Amino acid sequence: MNSALFVVVLITGLALVGAALLIAGLISPRSFNPQKGEAYECGIPSRGESWMQFKVGYYLFAILYLMFDVETVFLFPWAVILKDLGVAGLINILFFMVILILGLVYAWKKGALEWK
Amino acid sequence: MFDFSIVTHWIDNLLRSVMPGWGALLVEFVLIGVVLLLLYAVLALFYIYFERKVCAFFQCRLGPNRVGPYGIIQSVADMFKILIKELISLNHIDKFLFNLAPYLVIVASMLAFGCLPFGRGLQVIDFNIGVFFLIAVSSIGVLGILLAGWSSHNKFTLIGALRSGAQMVSYELSIGFSVLTMVVFAGTMSITGIVEAQANGWFIFTGHIPAIVAFLIYLVAGTAETNRGPFDLPEAESELTAGYHTEYSGIHFGFFYLAEYLNLFIVAGVASLLFLGGWMPLHIPGWESFNAIMDYIPSVIWFFGKAVLISFVIIWFKWTFPRLRIDQLLKLEWKYLLPLNLVNLFIMVLIVIFGLHF
Repeated sequence: MNSALFVVVLITGLALVGAALLIAGLISPRSFNPQKGEAYECGIPSRGESWMQFKVGYYLFAILYLMFDVETVFLFPWAVILKDLGVAGLINILFFMVILILGLVYAWKKGALEWK
Repeated sequence: MFDFSIVTHWIDNLLRSVMPGWGALLVEFVLIGVVLLLLYAVLALFYIYFERKVCAFFQCRLGPNRVGPYGIIQSVADMFKILIKELISLNHIDKFLFNLAPYLVIVASMLAFGCLPFGRGLQVIDFNIGVFFLIAVSSIGVLGILLAGWSSHNKFTLIGALRSGAQMVSYELSIGFSVLTMVVFAGTMSITGIVEAQANGWFIFTGHIPAIVAFLIYLVAGTAETNRGPFDLPEAESELTAGYHTEYSGIHFGFFYLAEYLNLFIVAGVASLLFLGGWMPLHIPGWESFNAIMDYIPSVIWFFGKAVLISFVIIWFKWTFPRLRIDQLLKLEWKYLLPLNLVNLFIMVLIVIFGLHF
Protein backbone atom coordinates (compact mmCIF):
# COMPACT_ATOMS: atom_id res chain seq x y z
CA MET A 1 0.00 0.00 0.00
CA ASN A 2 2.77 2.41 0.93
CA SER A 3 4.68 1.65 -2.25
CA ALA A 4 1.53 2.39 -4.28
CA LEU A 5 1.15 5.69 -2.42
CA PHE A 6 4.78 6.47 -3.15
CA VAL A 7 4.03 6.07 -6.87
CA VAL A 8 0.90 8.23 -6.47
CA VAL A 9 2.89 11.05 -4.90
CA LEU A 10 5.60 10.69 -7.55
CA ILE A 11 3.01 10.98 -10.32
CA THR A 12 1.43 13.96 -8.52
CA GLY A 13 4.77 15.75 -8.61
CA LEU A 14 5.28 14.97 -12.29
CA ALA A 15 1.69 15.99 -13.04
CA LEU A 16 2.16 19.36 -11.31
CA VAL A 17 5.13 20.21 -13.53
CA GLY A 18 3.57 18.72 -16.66
CA ALA A 19 0.20 20.44 -16.25
CA ALA A 20 1.70 23.82 -15.40
CA LEU A 21 4.03 23.60 -18.41
CA LEU A 22 1.10 22.65 -20.63
CA ILE A 23 -1.02 25.59 -19.44
CA ALA A 24 1.92 27.95 -19.77
CA GLY A 25 2.59 26.64 -23.30
CA LEU A 26 -1.02 27.32 -24.27
CA ILE A 27 -1.47 30.83 -22.84
CA SER A 28 2.01 32.33 -22.88
CA PRO A 29 3.14 34.48 -25.84
CA ARG A 30 5.84 33.28 -28.19
CA SER A 31 8.28 35.35 -30.18
CA PHE A 32 11.64 34.70 -31.75
CA ASN A 33 14.71 36.85 -31.75
CA PRO A 34 18.27 35.55 -32.15
CA GLN A 35 19.50 37.91 -29.43
CA LYS A 36 17.01 36.52 -26.93
CA GLY A 37 18.51 33.04 -26.95
CA GLU A 38 21.95 34.22 -25.90
CA ALA A 39 23.31 33.61 -22.40
CA TYR A 40 22.20 36.18 -19.83
CA GLU A 41 25.59 37.58 -18.91
CA CYS A 42 26.81 41.12 -19.40
CA GLY A 43 25.09 42.39 -22.50
CA ILE A 44 28.06 41.70 -24.77
CA PRO A 45 28.38 38.30 -26.51
CA SER A 46 29.81 35.86 -23.97
CA ARG A 47 33.31 34.54 -24.67
CA GLY A 48 34.33 30.90 -24.54
CA GLU A 49 32.54 27.80 -23.44
CA SER A 50 30.69 27.62 -20.14
CA TRP A 51 31.07 23.84 -19.95
CA MET A 52 34.62 24.02 -18.75
CA GLN A 53 36.93 22.79 -16.04
CA PHE A 54 36.11 24.19 -12.64
CA LYS A 55 37.73 24.49 -9.26
CA VAL A 56 38.88 21.18 -7.81
CA GLY A 57 37.88 22.26 -4.29
CA TYR A 58 34.25 21.33 -4.87
CA TYR A 59 35.32 17.85 -5.93
CA LEU A 60 37.33 17.31 -2.75
CA PHE A 61 34.35 18.17 -0.58
CA ALA A 62 32.16 15.86 -2.62
CA ILE A 63 34.58 12.97 -1.97
CA LEU A 64 34.65 13.71 1.76
CA TYR A 65 30.87 13.93 1.77
CA LEU A 66 30.61 10.53 0.14
CA MET A 67 32.71 8.98 2.91
CA PHE A 68 30.64 10.44 5.72
CA ASP A 69 27.30 9.94 4.06
CA VAL A 70 27.93 6.23 3.63
CA GLU A 71 28.85 6.20 7.31
CA THR A 72 25.48 7.75 8.22
CA VAL A 73 23.68 5.19 6.09
CA PHE A 74 25.46 2.37 7.95
CA LEU A 75 24.70 3.91 11.33
CA PHE A 76 20.93 4.16 10.83
CA PRO A 77 20.12 0.42 11.24
CA TRP A 78 22.41 0.31 14.26
CA ALA A 79 20.70 3.32 15.81
CA VAL A 80 17.28 1.65 15.71
CA ILE A 81 18.32 -1.43 17.73
CA LEU A 82 20.81 0.34 19.99
CA LYS A 83 18.67 -0.17 23.12
CA ASP A 84 18.79 -3.95 22.67
CA LEU A 85 22.49 -4.11 21.81
CA GLY A 86 23.63 -2.11 24.82
CA VAL A 87 27.31 -1.52 25.55
CA ALA A 88 28.45 -4.31 23.19
CA GLY A 89 26.79 -2.53 20.27
CA LEU A 90 28.48 0.72 21.20
CA ILE A 91 31.95 -0.88 21.36
CA ASN A 92 31.48 -2.62 18.03
CA ILE A 93 30.38 0.54 16.26
CA LEU A 94 33.21 2.51 17.88
CA PHE A 95 35.79 0.59 15.79
CA PHE A 96 33.98 1.70 12.67
CA MET A 97 33.54 5.26 13.88
CA VAL A 98 37.17 5.68 14.98
CA ILE A 99 38.48 4.61 11.58
CA LEU A 100 36.22 7.15 9.88
CA ILE A 101 37.06 9.92 12.32
CA LEU A 102 40.76 9.18 11.69
CA GLY A 103 39.94 9.75 8.02
CA LEU A 104 38.48 13.16 8.85
CA VAL A 105 41.50 14.02 11.00
CA TYR A 106 43.81 12.99 8.16
CA ALA A 107 41.92 15.15 5.67
CA TRP A 108 42.02 18.05 8.13
CA LYS A 109 45.77 17.73 8.71
CA LYS A 110 46.41 17.39 4.96
CA GLY A 111 44.59 20.68 4.45
CA ALA A 112 41.76 19.23 2.39
CA LEU A 113 39.27 21.23 4.45
CA GLU A 114 40.93 24.55 3.59
CA TRP A 115 39.42 26.54 0.75
CA LYS A 116 42.31 27.63 -1.47
CA MET B 1 -8.39 14.44 19.95
CA PHE B 2 -9.95 14.15 16.51
CA ASP B 3 -8.55 11.29 14.46
CA PHE B 4 -8.55 11.97 10.72
CA SER B 5 -8.52 8.26 9.88
CA ILE B 6 -12.28 8.34 10.72
CA VAL B 7 -12.79 10.62 7.74
CA THR B 8 -10.59 8.57 5.41
CA HIS B 9 -12.27 5.31 6.47
CA TRP B 10 -15.69 6.87 5.92
CA ILE B 11 -14.71 7.95 2.38
CA ASP B 12 -13.24 4.49 1.77
CA ASN B 13 -16.45 2.73 2.89
CA LEU B 14 -18.60 5.12 0.90
CA LEU B 15 -16.62 4.52 -2.29
CA ARG B 16 -16.52 0.76 -1.80
CA SER B 17 -20.31 0.65 -1.44
CA VAL B 18 -20.89 2.18 -4.88
CA MET B 19 -18.07 0.67 -6.95
CA PRO B 20 -15.73 -2.36 -7.08
CA GLY B 21 -12.58 -2.43 -4.93
CA TRP B 22 -10.12 -1.41 -7.62
CA GLY B 23 -12.32 1.50 -8.69
CA ALA B 24 -12.51 2.78 -5.13
CA LEU B 25 -8.75 2.50 -4.81
CA LEU B 26 -8.25 4.40 -8.05
CA VAL B 27 -10.61 7.20 -6.97
CA GLU B 28 -8.83 7.41 -3.63
CA PHE B 29 -5.45 7.70 -5.33
CA VAL B 30 -6.74 10.51 -7.53
CA LEU B 31 -8.23 12.23 -4.48
CA ILE B 32 -4.93 11.96 -2.59
CA GLY B 33 -3.09 13.39 -5.58
CA VAL B 34 -5.47 16.33 -5.97
CA VAL B 35 -5.49 17.16 -2.26
CA LEU B 36 -1.71 16.96 -2.07
CA LEU B 37 -1.35 19.15 -5.15
CA LEU B 38 -3.71 21.79 -3.78
CA LEU B 39 -2.04 21.76 -0.37
CA TYR B 40 1.37 22.07 -2.02
CA ALA B 41 0.34 25.05 -4.13
CA VAL B 42 -1.55 26.82 -1.35
CA LEU B 43 1.29 26.35 1.14
CA ALA B 44 3.89 27.63 -1.31
CA LEU B 45 1.77 30.70 -2.04
CA PHE B 46 1.17 31.27 1.66
CA TYR B 47 4.90 31.06 2.33
CA ILE B 48 5.75 33.54 -0.41
CA TYR B 49 3.25 35.99 1.10
CA PHE B 50 4.46 35.23 4.63
CA GLU B 51 8.10 35.85 3.84
CA ARG B 52 7.38 39.08 1.96
CA LYS B 53 5.26 40.36 4.81
CA VAL B 54 7.79 39.35 7.48
CA CYS B 55 10.76 40.91 5.72
CA ALA B 56 8.70 44.04 5.12
CA PHE B 57 8.10 44.38 8.85
CA PHE B 58 11.78 43.76 9.58
CA GLN B 59 12.62 46.67 7.31
CA CYS B 60 9.83 48.95 8.65
CA ARG B 61 7.81 48.68 5.42
CA LEU B 62 4.24 47.53 4.87
CA GLY B 63 4.89 44.83 2.31
CA PRO B 64 2.22 43.76 -0.19
CA ASN B 65 -1.06 45.44 0.79
CA ARG B 66 -2.90 46.31 -2.42
CA VAL B 67 -4.21 43.05 -3.91
CA GLY B 68 -7.02 41.84 -1.68
CA PRO B 69 -7.32 42.56 2.04
CA TYR B 70 -3.81 42.96 3.53
CA GLY B 71 -2.48 41.87 0.14
CA ILE B 72 -3.21 38.19 0.69
CA ILE B 73 -3.97 37.56 -2.99
CA GLN B 74 -0.66 39.12 -4.05
CA SER B 75 1.21 35.83 -4.35
CA VAL B 76 -1.67 34.24 -6.29
CA ALA B 77 -1.53 37.16 -8.71
CA ASP B 78 2.25 36.76 -8.95
CA MET B 79 1.97 33.06 -9.75
CA PHE B 80 -0.60 33.82 -12.44
CA LYS B 81 1.69 36.46 -13.89
CA ILE B 82 4.57 33.95 -13.96
CA LEU B 83 2.26 31.47 -15.71
CA ILE B 84 1.49 33.83 -18.61
CA LYS B 85 5.12 34.81 -19.22
CA GLU B 86 6.98 33.48 -22.23
CA LEU B 87 9.18 30.40 -21.94
CA ILE B 88 12.25 31.66 -23.80
CA SER B 89 14.02 29.00 -25.86
CA LEU B 90 17.78 29.40 -25.57
CA ASN B 91 20.43 28.70 -28.18
CA HIS B 92 23.27 26.74 -26.66
CA ILE B 93 21.66 24.84 -23.81
CA ASP B 94 21.41 21.10 -23.24
CA LYS B 95 17.65 20.91 -23.88
CA PHE B 96 16.95 17.57 -22.22
CA LEU B 97 18.71 18.32 -18.92
CA PHE B 98 17.39 21.89 -18.94
CA ASN B 99 13.81 20.62 -19.05
CA LEU B 100 14.48 17.72 -16.66
CA ALA B 101 15.79 19.90 -13.82
CA PRO B 102 12.42 21.43 -12.70
CA TYR B 103 10.87 17.96 -12.64
CA LEU B 104 13.59 16.69 -10.29
CA VAL B 105 13.34 19.68 -7.97
CA ILE B 106 9.54 19.54 -7.74
CA VAL B 107 9.31 15.75 -7.42
CA ALA B 108 11.92 15.70 -4.64
CA SER B 109 10.05 18.29 -2.60
CA MET B 110 6.68 16.67 -3.35
CA LEU B 111 7.89 13.26 -2.12
CA ALA B 112 9.30 14.73 1.06
CA PHE B 113 6.06 16.68 1.47
CA GLY B 114 4.04 13.46 1.23
CA CYS B 115 5.93 11.99 4.21
CA LEU B 116 5.02 14.71 6.68
CA PRO B 117 2.37 13.91 9.32
CA PHE B 118 -0.08 16.81 9.05
CA GLY B 119 -2.32 15.56 11.81
CA ARG B 120 -3.47 12.43 13.62
CA GLY B 121 -4.12 9.89 10.86
CA LEU B 122 -3.31 12.43 8.17
CA GLN B 123 -0.16 11.20 6.46
CA VAL B 124 0.22 9.96 2.90
CA ILE B 125 3.43 7.90 2.81
CA ASP B 126 4.14 6.08 6.07
CA PHE B 127 7.10 3.73 5.57
CA ASN B 128 8.62 2.03 8.59
CA ILE B 129 11.91 3.70 7.55
CA GLY B 130 10.12 7.05 7.20
CA VAL B 131 12.83 9.45 8.37
CA PHE B 132 15.47 7.71 6.29
CA PHE B 133 13.24 7.90 3.23
CA LEU B 134 12.66 11.59 3.90
CA ILE B 135 16.39 12.34 3.94
CA ALA B 136 16.90 10.23 0.83
CA VAL B 137 14.24 11.91 -1.31
CA SER B 138 14.98 15.43 -0.16
CA SER B 139 18.60 15.04 -1.28
CA ILE B 140 17.45 14.43 -4.88
CA GLY B 141 16.71 18.15 -5.06
CA VAL B 142 20.41 18.98 -5.24
CA LEU B 143 20.66 16.97 -8.47
CA GLY B 144 18.00 19.17 -10.04
CA ILE B 145 19.88 22.30 -9.02
CA LEU B 146 23.21 20.98 -10.34
CA LEU B 147 21.60 19.99 -13.65
CA ALA B 148 19.87 23.37 -13.94
CA GLY B 149 23.14 25.20 -13.50
CA TRP B 150 25.16 22.95 -15.76
CA SER B 151 22.69 22.70 -18.65
CA SER B 152 22.07 26.47 -18.92
CA HIS B 153 25.47 27.09 -20.52
CA ASN B 154 26.10 30.24 -18.57
CA LYS B 155 28.99 30.98 -16.22
CA PHE B 156 26.81 32.48 -13.51
CA THR B 157 24.56 29.47 -13.36
CA LEU B 158 27.50 27.08 -13.36
CA ILE B 159 29.16 28.78 -10.40
CA GLY B 160 25.82 29.09 -8.61
CA ALA B 161 25.07 25.41 -9.09
CA LEU B 162 28.51 24.28 -7.93
CA ARG B 163 28.32 26.45 -4.84
CA SER B 164 24.85 25.15 -4.16
CA GLY B 165 26.02 21.57 -4.67
CA ALA B 166 28.99 21.92 -2.29
CA GLN B 167 26.82 23.64 0.30
CA MET B 168 23.84 21.30 0.19
CA VAL B 169 26.00 18.21 0.11
CA SER B 170 28.02 19.40 3.14
CA TYR B 171 25.05 20.39 5.24
CA GLU B 172 23.26 17.18 4.30
CA LEU B 173 25.74 15.52 6.69
CA SER B 174 24.71 17.70 9.60
CA ILE B 175 21.06 17.04 8.90
CA GLY B 176 21.78 13.31 8.67
CA PHE B 177 23.68 13.26 11.96
CA SER B 178 21.17 15.30 13.93
CA VAL B 179 18.35 13.10 12.61
CA LEU B 180 20.47 10.08 13.57
CA THR B 181 20.83 11.45 17.10
CA MET B 182 17.06 11.60 17.40
CA VAL B 183 16.64 8.13 15.86
CA VAL B 184 19.01 6.79 18.52
CA PHE B 185 16.83 8.42 21.15
CA ALA B 186 13.49 7.31 19.67
CA GLY B 187 14.65 3.79 18.74
CA THR B 188 12.54 3.83 15.57
CA MET B 189 12.65 5.36 12.11
CA SER B 190 8.92 5.29 11.47
CA ILE B 191 7.43 8.79 11.46
CA THR B 192 4.27 7.62 13.22
CA GLY B 193 6.42 5.87 15.83
CA ILE B 194 8.49 8.98 16.45
CA VAL B 195 5.39 11.14 16.88
CA GLU B 196 3.68 8.60 19.16
CA ALA B 197 6.82 8.38 21.32
CA GLN B 198 6.46 12.09 22.12
CA ALA B 199 3.00 11.82 23.66
CA ASN B 200 4.30 12.45 27.19
CA GLY B 201 6.84 15.10 26.35
CA TRP B 202 8.49 16.40 23.23
CA PHE B 203 11.98 15.12 22.47
CA ILE B 204 13.51 18.54 22.94
CA PHE B 205 12.40 18.43 26.59
CA THR B 206 12.96 14.73 27.32
CA GLY B 207 16.22 14.37 25.39
CA HIS B 208 18.50 16.35 27.70
CA ILE B 209 21.16 18.65 26.23
CA PRO B 210 22.01 16.48 23.16
CA ALA B 211 18.48 16.96 21.82
CA ILE B 212 18.75 20.73 22.18
CA VAL B 213 22.19 20.76 20.50
CA ALA B 214 20.85 18.55 17.72
CA PHE B 215 17.91 20.92 17.28
CA LEU B 216 20.19 23.95 16.95
CA ILE B 217 22.46 22.13 14.48
CA TYR B 218 19.40 21.02 12.53
CA LEU B 219 18.14 24.60 12.30
CA VAL B 220 21.49 25.89 11.00
CA ALA B 221 21.88 23.01 8.56
CA GLY B 222 18.28 23.30 7.43
CA THR B 223 18.75 26.98 6.66
CA ALA B 224 21.80 26.10 4.58
CA GLU B 225 19.99 23.22 2.92
CA THR B 226 17.23 25.49 1.62
CA ASN B 227 19.82 28.03 0.34
CA ARG B 228 18.40 30.72 2.54
CA GLY B 229 19.40 33.37 4.99
CA PRO B 230 23.10 33.88 5.61
CA PHE B 231 23.82 30.85 3.42
CA ASP B 232 22.29 32.16 0.18
CA LEU B 233 25.58 32.10 -1.74
CA PRO B 234 24.16 30.16 -4.71
CA GLU B 235 21.73 33.01 -5.32
CA ALA B 236 23.91 35.90 -4.21
CA GLU B 237 22.41 38.51 -6.53
CA SER B 238 25.28 40.95 -6.18
CA GLU B 239 27.72 38.35 -7.54
CA LEU B 240 25.79 35.84 -9.61
CA THR B 241 22.64 37.59 -10.91
CA ALA B 242 20.21 34.90 -9.76
CA GLY B 243 22.48 31.87 -9.37
CA TYR B 244 21.50 28.54 -10.86
CA HIS B 245 18.11 29.67 -12.24
CA THR B 246 19.34 32.75 -14.10
CA GLU B 247 18.43 31.30 -17.50
CA TYR B 248 15.01 29.99 -16.52
CA SER B 249 12.03 32.10 -17.52
CA GLY B 250 8.30 32.04 -16.91
CA ILE B 251 6.84 29.04 -15.15
CA HIS B 252 10.18 27.20 -15.37
CA PHE B 253 11.51 29.72 -12.88
CA GLY B 254 8.26 29.44 -10.97
CA PHE B 255 8.99 25.77 -10.23
CA PHE B 256 12.30 26.60 -8.55
CA TYR B 257 10.56 29.37 -6.66
CA LEU B 258 7.76 27.06 -5.45
CA ALA B 259 10.17 24.27 -4.51
CA GLU B 260 12.37 26.67 -2.55
CA TYR B 261 9.49 27.79 -0.33
CA LEU B 262 8.15 24.27 0.00
CA ASN B 263 11.59 23.12 1.11
CA LEU B 264 11.46 25.76 3.80
CA PHE B 265 8.19 24.24 4.98
CA ILE B 266 9.60 20.71 4.80
CA VAL B 267 12.67 21.63 6.86
CA ALA B 268 10.45 23.33 9.44
CA GLY B 269 8.03 20.39 9.37
CA VAL B 270 10.76 17.82 9.94
CA ALA B 271 12.18 19.91 12.77
CA SER B 272 8.78 20.03 14.43
CA LEU B 273 8.32 16.30 13.80
CA LEU B 274 11.66 15.27 15.31
CA PHE B 275 12.04 17.73 18.15
CA LEU B 276 8.71 19.41 18.88
CA GLY B 277 6.45 16.38 18.71
CA GLY B 278 4.86 16.70 15.26
CA TRP B 279 1.13 17.03 15.76
CA MET B 280 1.32 16.05 19.44
CA PRO B 281 -0.08 18.73 21.76
CA LEU B 282 2.04 20.15 24.55
CA HIS B 283 1.71 17.87 27.56
CA ILE B 284 3.24 18.51 30.94
CA PRO B 285 3.24 15.38 33.16
CA GLY B 286 1.09 15.93 36.23
CA TRP B 287 -0.88 18.90 34.91
CA GLU B 288 -4.02 16.97 34.02
CA SER B 289 -6.41 19.88 33.35
CA PHE B 290 -3.77 21.73 31.29
CA ASN B 291 -3.21 18.61 29.17
CA ALA B 292 -6.96 18.20 28.67
CA ILE B 293 -7.26 21.79 27.40
CA MET B 294 -4.31 21.29 25.04
CA ASP B 295 -6.01 18.16 23.66
CA TYR B 296 -8.93 20.29 22.45
CA ILE B 297 -6.73 22.11 19.94
CA PRO B 298 -6.84 20.10 16.67
CA SER B 299 -3.69 18.22 15.69
CA VAL B 300 -3.51 20.02 12.31
CA ILE B 301 -3.22 23.37 14.06
CA TRP B 302 -0.45 22.04 16.27
CA PHE B 303 1.58 20.78 13.32
CA PHE B 304 1.18 23.84 11.11
CA GLY B 305 1.63 26.17 14.07
CA LYS B 306 4.98 24.63 14.95
CA ALA B 307 6.10 24.53 11.33
CA VAL B 308 5.22 28.18 10.74
CA LEU B 309 6.92 29.19 13.98
CA ILE B 310 10.16 27.44 12.99
CA SER B 311 10.05 28.88 9.49
CA PHE B 312 9.58 32.31 11.02
CA VAL B 313 12.83 31.75 12.91
CA ILE B 314 14.56 30.70 9.67
CA ILE B 315 13.27 33.83 7.90
CA TRP B 316 14.45 35.85 10.90
CA PHE B 317 18.01 34.49 10.36
CA LYS B 318 18.01 35.97 6.89
CA TRP B 319 17.43 39.51 8.14
CA THR B 320 19.81 39.23 11.08
CA PHE B 321 23.06 37.76 9.76
CA PRO B 322 25.21 38.99 6.85
CA ARG B 323 26.02 36.56 4.05
CA LEU B 324 28.96 34.19 4.55
CA ARG B 325 31.84 33.57 2.14
CA ILE B 326 32.20 30.11 0.60
CA ASP B 327 35.30 29.25 2.67
CA GLN B 328 33.60 30.36 5.90
CA LEU B 329 30.57 28.33 4.94
CA LEU B 330 32.51 25.11 4.40
CA LYS B 331 34.66 25.74 7.47
CA LEU B 332 31.56 26.15 9.63
CA GLU B 333 30.25 22.79 8.49
CA TRP B 334 33.39 20.65 8.40
CA LYS B 335 35.36 22.10 11.29
CA TYR B 336 32.63 23.04 13.75
CA LEU B 337 29.28 21.40 13.09
CA LEU B 338 30.51 17.95 12.06
CA PRO B 339 32.84 17.30 15.07
CA LEU B 340 30.23 18.81 17.39
CA ASN B 341 27.63 16.54 15.87
CA LEU B 342 29.80 13.43 16.35
CA VAL B 343 30.40 14.28 20.01
CA ASN B 344 26.72 15.03 20.45
CA LEU B 345 25.78 11.66 18.92
CA PHE B 346 28.20 9.89 21.27
CA ILE B 347 26.69 11.59 24.35
CA MET B 348 23.20 10.67 23.17
CA VAL B 349 24.26 7.05 22.70
CA LEU B 350 25.62 6.96 26.26
CA ILE B 351 22.40 8.49 27.61
CA VAL B 352 20.27 5.92 25.79
CA ILE B 353 22.40 2.90 26.74
CA PHE B 354 22.60 3.78 30.42
CA GLY B 355 18.97 4.94 30.55
CA LEU B 356 19.75 8.42 31.85
CA HIS B 357 16.78 10.08 30.12
CA PHE B 358 13.43 10.93 31.65
